[in-house]
Amino acid sequence: MYPEEFQYTKDHEWLRVDEGIGTLGITEHAQKELGDVVYVELPKVGDPVTASETLGTVESVKAVSEVYSPVTGEVLAVNDKLQNHPELLNSDPHGSAWLVQIRLSDPKEIEKLMSAEEYEAYVREDKAH
Amino acid sequence: MRYLPNSPSDRAEMLRTIGYGSVEELFSQIPQEIRFQGRLNLPGPLSEQEILDFFREAASQTSREYASFLGAGAYSHFRPVAVDAMLSRGEFFTAYTPYQGELAQGTLQAMFEFQTLMTQLTGMEVSNASLYDGSTATTEAVLMALRLTRRNRVLVARSLHPEYREVMTTYVRHQGTEMVNVPYSAAGQLNMGELELALKPETAAVVVQSPNFFGVVEHCRKVAELVHQKGALLIVSVTEPLSLAVINPPSEADIVAGEAQSFGVPVAFGGPYLGFLATREKFMRQMPGRLVGQTVDTEGRRGFVLTLATREQHIRREKATSNICTNQSLCALAATIYLCLLGKEGLKALAEHNLAKAHYAAHQLLDVPDITIPFQGPYFNEFVVKVPGGAEGLLRILRREKILGGVSLGRFYPELKDHILVCVTETVNKATIDHMARVYNDYAKRKKSGNARKATASHALGQENV
Amino acid sequence: MKDHIRHARPHISRDEDLIFERSAPGKCGVDPLPLEVPSVSASELLGKEFHRAEIHGFPEVSELEVIRHFTRLSTWNYGVDTGLYPLGSCTMKYNPRINEVVARLEGLATDHPYTPPELAQGCLRILDETARCLAEITGMDAVSLQPAAGAQGELSGILMIRAFLAERGNPRRYILIPDSAHGTNPASVATSGYEVRPLKSGARGTIDLAEVDRAMTEEVAGLMLTNPNTLGIFEVQIREICNLVHQKGGLVYMDGANMNALLGIARPADFGADVMHLNLHKTFTTPHGGGGPGSGPVAVKKFLEPYLPSPTVERAADGTYRLNYNRPKSIGRVRAFYGNFGMAVRALAYIAANGGEGLLQTTQDAVLNANYVMRRLQDVYDLPYNGPCLHECVLSDHRQAARGVRTGDIAKRLIDYGFHPYTTSFPLIVQGALMIEPTESASMDELDEFIEAMRAIAEEIEEDPEFVLKAPHTTRVSRLDEATAARKPILRWKK
Repeated sequence: MYPEEFQYTKDHEWLRVDEGIGTLGITEHAQKELGDVVYVELPKVGDPVTASETLGTVESVKAVSEVYSPVTGEVLAVNDKLQNHPELLNSDPHGSAWLVQIRLSDPKEIEKLMSAEEYEAYVREDKAH
Repeated sequence: MRYLPNSPSDRAEMLRTIGYGSVEELFSQIPQEIRFQGRLNLPGPLSEQEILDFFREAASQTSREYASFLGAGAYSHFRPVAVDAMLSRGEFFTAYTPYQGELAQGTLQAMFEFQTLMTQLTGMEVSNASLYDGSTATTEAVLMALRLTRRNRVLVARSLHPEYREVMTTYVRHQGTEMVNVPYSAAGQLNMGELELALKPETAAVVVQSPNFFGVVEHCRKVAELVHQKGALLIVSVTEPLSLAVINPPSEADIVAGEAQSFGVPVAFGGPYLGFLATREKFMRQMPGRLVGQTVDTEGRRGFVLTLATREQHIRREKATSNICTNQSLCALAATIYLCLLGKEGLKALAEHNLAKAHYAAHQLLDVPDITIPFQGPYFNEFVVKVPGGAEGLLRILRREKILGGVSLGRFYPELKDHILVCVTETVNKATIDHMARVYNDYAKRKKSGNARKATASHALGQENV
Repeated sequence: MKDHIRHARPHISRDEDLIFERSAPGKCGVDPLPLEVPSVSASELLGKEFHRAEIHGFPEVSELEVIRHFTRLSTWNYGVDTGLYPLGSCTMKYNPRINEVVARLEGLATDHPYTPPELAQGCLRILDETARCLAEITGMDAVSLQPAAGAQGELSGILMIRAFLAERGNPRRYILIPDSAHGTNPASVATSGYEVRPLKSGARGTIDLAEVDRAMTEEVAGLMLTNPNTLGIFEVQIREICNLVHQKGGLVYMDGANMNALLGIARPADFGADVMHLNLHKTFTTPHGGGGPGSGPVAVKKFLEPYLPSPTVERAADGTYRLNYNRPKSIGRVRAFYGNFGMAVRALAYIAANGGEGLLQTTQDAVLNANYVMRRLQDVYDLPYNGPCLHECVLSDHRQAARGVRTGDIAKRLIDYGFHPYTTSFPLIVQGALMIEPTESASMDELDEFIEAMRAIAEEIEEDPEFVLKAPHTTRVSRLDEATAARKPILRWKK
């Protein structure tokens, strides 16, 4: 269910890193917990982002979830499609509903992230609680 | 007790069913030492008849026999009887906030209509479903502008209701925001030169009231141009929204907020009232307060729901756009019924009636020697008169004639201690206006002869000295 | 004749249009008041810059159409007058009719707020008397009726704490709030310039004394708590908790939303609270009105009185009432004028109708009703925190969720049985909460019917969960699409 080529955070986000550029999204588990996504707030291209700090929010009808950046760097691209089609986050969270692309300033930061296998175990444990 | 539906035997049966010997056992979790042991010293129990007697007695110690020229943010208007007839339906007034949409379509549709009416009146694109009152709505508009601009300076016209300015001070004091007053001009309008000087790059918003506290209409378009040049937002506060039926709405503003008590809500010694806040669509998600939106049900039928709730405290908690939890639903319903009854033509006719009566009254008073109207800007149903030698004395004399002649401005503006704010609505008739003018005339005459006497007396004194 | 009714549709009363869609030029619900003074030309007086000729889109309908419109809309609502309204934390009790009558008496409804105090003695007396009653009920020393609603009462109270501490040199930085608290608590704290420090609830759902001890530092201005808490459970260690806060120089704010559990039973001032608010629309029967107006008087101990919002109502030695604006230490104004006076009238009428004994009986009945519901449902719905409750009980959908049915779905199905739903998904410390507050206004018979309905729904969930998931089946509209409403908001009618 969770792509092997992604890395995952405890806040239920995924990151795919390609030549120093990370693409960030929320996981299938996150979208399920949120329910129907109605609004997405994202940074602007060129904005600096810092690891563990808020980068945007994802809203459903009855919940708001902050998106934390897993890495430090600069925003290279923002998925504008989500402005008018937030429902993509429910239908395709691991694909077309990516949030932002970030140029990483410290590639070492991703070492702390989870693999797909680790994340699946984490979700299982989370559910048990 | 007449409000309680359970009989003593019901209570006993319920206790038996759940296995308790006495109701006291249910309270055993509360430590004995902090239980209240005495008897509450309260009035009652009173029968319905006694309650009515008590409040009738209180109601007799009011100004109900007086004709009133009081305005200043609370306006006496006639309320068609259909308003209370509809408000008194239990399905409306005993319902909760419409979180369960399927059981609250009545409230929701009425609020959607209220939002629509407020956008039509104010010239804005979206309106919320109401806030506490004009003072808090205007303050919430300021907080909204601070969020939108991320700046920290607010310019406030001194001609904004003084109590609104006080409320604003209470709220922004702890937000690291600087609040600066902008003086009024000789015409009683915002002083544009001073505004220009005070507009700095860190200015988040400028707040003006129109018609302002002195009743004078502001040049909102010109103010907007200046404000927008500096990237700040313009907030226009309206306390007499009836004016919007004959005066252009401040559609150049970014936020229009204020008080809609005029629309079918009684003055009731200051509350409950009806705050409103309307703005541009692009600022929708930073609006405080409840919003009702149109949607469809599973069968495709039109229906209404509370929407964009994620802005609110019950979801966002300390990060909410505001700590407000209630709106003034029933007052908003009163306004909706009122505005539907009057409609396009009725509201316009009423506004023109107010305009005519206020101008008639102003002319009657202007005919009195020494009485002036210092602020020359256009006005709706409220204006300021200057009474050389003391407004308080004249108001006292008017009270003897069972007339509340207006609000003495000295308590809010030390430099205007000789000034009275006079409001004329459809609730005062021509005879009362003429009566008031006569009292003014007598006062002026007496004063003149009094001055003459004083002059003679000092002359005599002077002679003695020689 | 038969032919003619072949095409019958539901009556329009089930599908009333928006008022704008009924509008037609030339109709009006009022006739103009004759003008006895010379008429004026608005366009000349105001000039081109200011004169408005028309409000586009404004409705034009007759009086009868307005009456029918709003009567029809009202029938799509459910109120306390319709039946049981067991919304937890909202205290949906009967709103006596006499309250409405006295609030509309000429004089009380018509006095202008700037009426000179000597001519408004009746109004001022009502404000003073209401404040005195609320002080007596809470054990506090002074009350301001200015706050417009509970959230404003909270803000006023926290600002008073700030002012008091600031005067002693340091307003401090944090306010402690239990995780079971209502959302307005943290929102109000944020508005007052403090930061929230959440307190984790203990095993019984109450505040953990050790947790307070750990969190209560010299940087913490105070604790904001609700007692009984949102689970309907009394904080048994309340005195110890308050003592701890006081020892570290902090103050205790109590959210009085649940005061319906304590009338004549215990007084917050006696168990350690320094400042609190009351919701007149909960405990004191002013109507909820479909979401307001509320009223949130704030009550304080003597030492906080100088900080109360300005002005205050005072009674002079000669028995006359006046407004005192000379209050240098006041936190200032929180709204224009003196508060929701009309709500004070209603609350005082309610208090006087009951007297002390009536209020005590009220609380006893409310608590008995809540326990009755809890005990008779706990075998079908999980009870996460066992023990006698006070005015409300909190169950969970744990068992039903296993069948894919959540608290919100059960609530919707309850509508089909003729009841208003309970509060769903709150407090947050209980996953899938069903928060039930029957209040004293429910009779045993009605509670029996409610309990039967709840038990029947539990059975339906076992047999046919799909049916429950699609509820309600009997309302004018079925489940509404909230996601579309939020994605593409339509907030006004357009032609």
